Amino acid sequence: MDSNESAARAFEPYEIQMGPQHPATHGVLKLDLELDGETVIGCKPTVGFLHRGVEKLSENLTYAQTLPLTDRLDYIASMANNVVYSNAVETLLGIEVPERAKFIRTMVMEMARITGHLLWLATHALDIGAMTVFLYCFREREQLLDLFEEVCGARLTTSYTCIGGVRQDVTGHFLETLHKFTEEFPSRVREYETLIDQNRIWLKRTQGVGIVSAEDAVSLGLTGPSLRASGVDYDVRKHLPFDAYSEVEFEVPIGKRGDVYDRYRCRMEELLQSNGIIRQCIEKLPPGPIKADDAPDLVMPLSKKCVLADATLTSGVIKLVEDRKHYMEGDVYVSGECPKGELGFYFVSDGKGRPYRMHIRSPSYIHIGALPFLCKGQMVADVIAIIGSLDVVLGECDR
Amino acid sequence: MEILWIILKIVIVFAVLMVHVMYATYFERKVIGHMQVRMGPMRVGPHGILQPIADGLKLFFKEDVVPEQVDKRVFYIAPLICLISALSAVAVVPFFKGFAIANINIGLLYIFAMSSLAAYGVVLAGWSSNSKYPFLGGLRASAQVISYEIAMGLSLVGVMMMAGSLNLTDIVMAQSRSPFKIYLIPQFIGFFVFLIAMFAETNRTPFDLPEAEPELVAGYCTEYSGMRFALFFMAEYIGMIVMSCVGVVCFLGGWNGPFDVPGIPFFWFILKVYLFIFLYYWVRATLPRYRYDQLMALGWKVLIPLALFNILLTGTMKSILG
Repeated sequence: MDSNESAARAFEPYEIQMGPQHPATHGVLKLDLELDGETVIGCKPTVGFLHRGVEKLSENLTYAQTLPLTDRLDYIASMANNVVYSNAVETLLGIEVPERAKFIRTMVMEMARITGHLLWLATHALDIGAMTVFLYCFREREQLLDLFEEVCGARLTTSYTCIGGVRQDVTGHFLETLHKFTEEFPSRVREYETLIDQNRIWLKRTQGVGIVSAEDAVSLGLTGPSLRASGVDYDVRKHLPFDAYSEVEFEVPIGKRGDVYDRYRCRMEELLQSNGIIRQCIEKLPPGPIKADDAPDLVMPLSKKCVLADATLTSGVIKLVEDRKHYMEGDVYVSGECPKGELGFYFVSDGKGRPYRMHIRSPSYIHIGALPFLCKGQMVADVIAIIGSLDVVLGECDR
Repeated sequence: MEILWIILKIVIVFAVLMVHVMYATYFERKVIGHMQVRMGPMRVGPHGILQPIADGLKLFFKEDVVPEQVDKRVFYIAPLICLISALSAVAVVPFFKGFAIANINIGLLYIFAMSSLAAYGVVLAGWSSNSKYPFLGGLRASAQVISYEIAMGLSLVGVMMMAGSLNLTDIVMAQSRSPFKIYLIPQFIGFFVFLIAMFAETNRTPFDLPEAEPELVAGYCTEYSGMRFALFFMAEYIGMIVMSCVGVVCFLGGWNGPFDVPGIPFFWFILKVYLFIFLYYWVRATLPRYRYDQLMALGWKVLIPLALFNILLTGTMKSILG
């Protein structure tokens, strides 16, 4: 045996596969970790276990038919995906959404942000071992999901928006319940904070862990709270306002050090800001139509019998008038601030009723790409905290 | 006759202990459930009172899966080591005046020895599973238990010095003669160290690193299922009860209480033990989990120096007060 070989044998990293079936990788993320003791010296994420080909599917579906698929991207906050997708298609079609629909969209998007952040806080705390926060968060999330059900009939896969507006108008009861929720929600946030915010173990586990500087955060392509925690002031809602965001007042919380704790603080502040936006939307909600006059027609069958009788319908359920005159040709990229970060839809249109190509810029996919950078040199337990703090959801990552 | 009497004692203690272990799981689920704005088990029997029996039956009749590449002999023995050493430790605990299966003079040392042996079970389980997560869990367990064993042993030295004995019954007697009636007050530093080491010794939150679920799936018992898993589970709960007993005997005055409850000589003892057990659950519902290196730092840099200081203080006070 020569000396090189024995030197190479002296140290072998302990390889461990974290996932795809693992309690703390938030779905079917797989990490190939190389360990030296408990220290991570290499991390290779593998994604694609939840790939459903949404982008390819959309090429064979009309714009309206793709909308329900966007529910399945970030399934924790599907309202936000619906809103961004509809915005993108409306930009392509040149449709102006009525004021009331804009406010409703802003409202449901912020509700989605709260549900998303609550689930993030629940699982992040559970990963670090604080299991009670988990159940407290689900208590409030449940109230919002019930409201989603009231407004559109579904709790998770909402498909609430439609191209040119929203499907149903909000009722007085809905607004009242939501207003009551916004009144007590800040005290609930304080309740979560009493459990972990000043907890020494929590601070030890999160402060100074997974630090990412502002430059690194930008070059890694982080968006959303994960970017803002590093001190970069970028929020699509503020800088490229869509829907009614230009008409409501809110602050964008900014962190300093960019560690797990700052990312946690940013999201906690956002919970309160979102709560404020919802209140303003309820107060300012203007009367009027909820759907633009020039929105594409959706012919919904009256009952199952009708569909069977009318064999001329192409899809059996939804018929979208395909030969509209003003489908634009060319490219369009429209993004929105989702709970996870900047979600963008990029369409290449050849002027027909379905996209020639669609690309989804999903923040989770890009955030997972930053994991090797963040995890290097940390402990195994920190990897879990870092995954949690980036708030990835695999439905969106794998598309 | 002597032997028969001892066997009878063992059977009684074993049976009572097992019932307590079963209902400790139920108690835990109820306590944590109510702390987390939910109900806990409600389905089996009124208020889920029969849930532990259902759980036991389920685990008993489960298929016993033994992965192919494990070291079979060690894999079979490991849970037994845990359970037997945990059960053996109960032998010296005086539940009420004059009632201990074995009233031996090195009682406290014996309990330490047994709880150290239990660590072997965990380490061997992790090693013999021949799988990566259990291996890491086993390594963590060995490091953790060794470090905290020292802190715990040192924290009780003050008690030994004050009582002048290692016999658990004598410690209780000496306490009832002391000015405060319990050693909690003069030995508060020792109690503090003991309390923290107690959590680490039994692998409970916030020190449940050997089985840290989000990191190591289930730690050392990842590959175990059915009854073998149940053995680990029982060993953990018996360990909790034993540690609570040690705490009660050494710091809270054992079976003595503010007044005697006629007919139930062990009333105060059980009450105090359940106080500790409740504390275990309370902490589990409240605190996050430490990281491995932070745990070691806490053990070596805080608890052990503190325990040594306590010994120094106790010795000084003892020599001053005579």
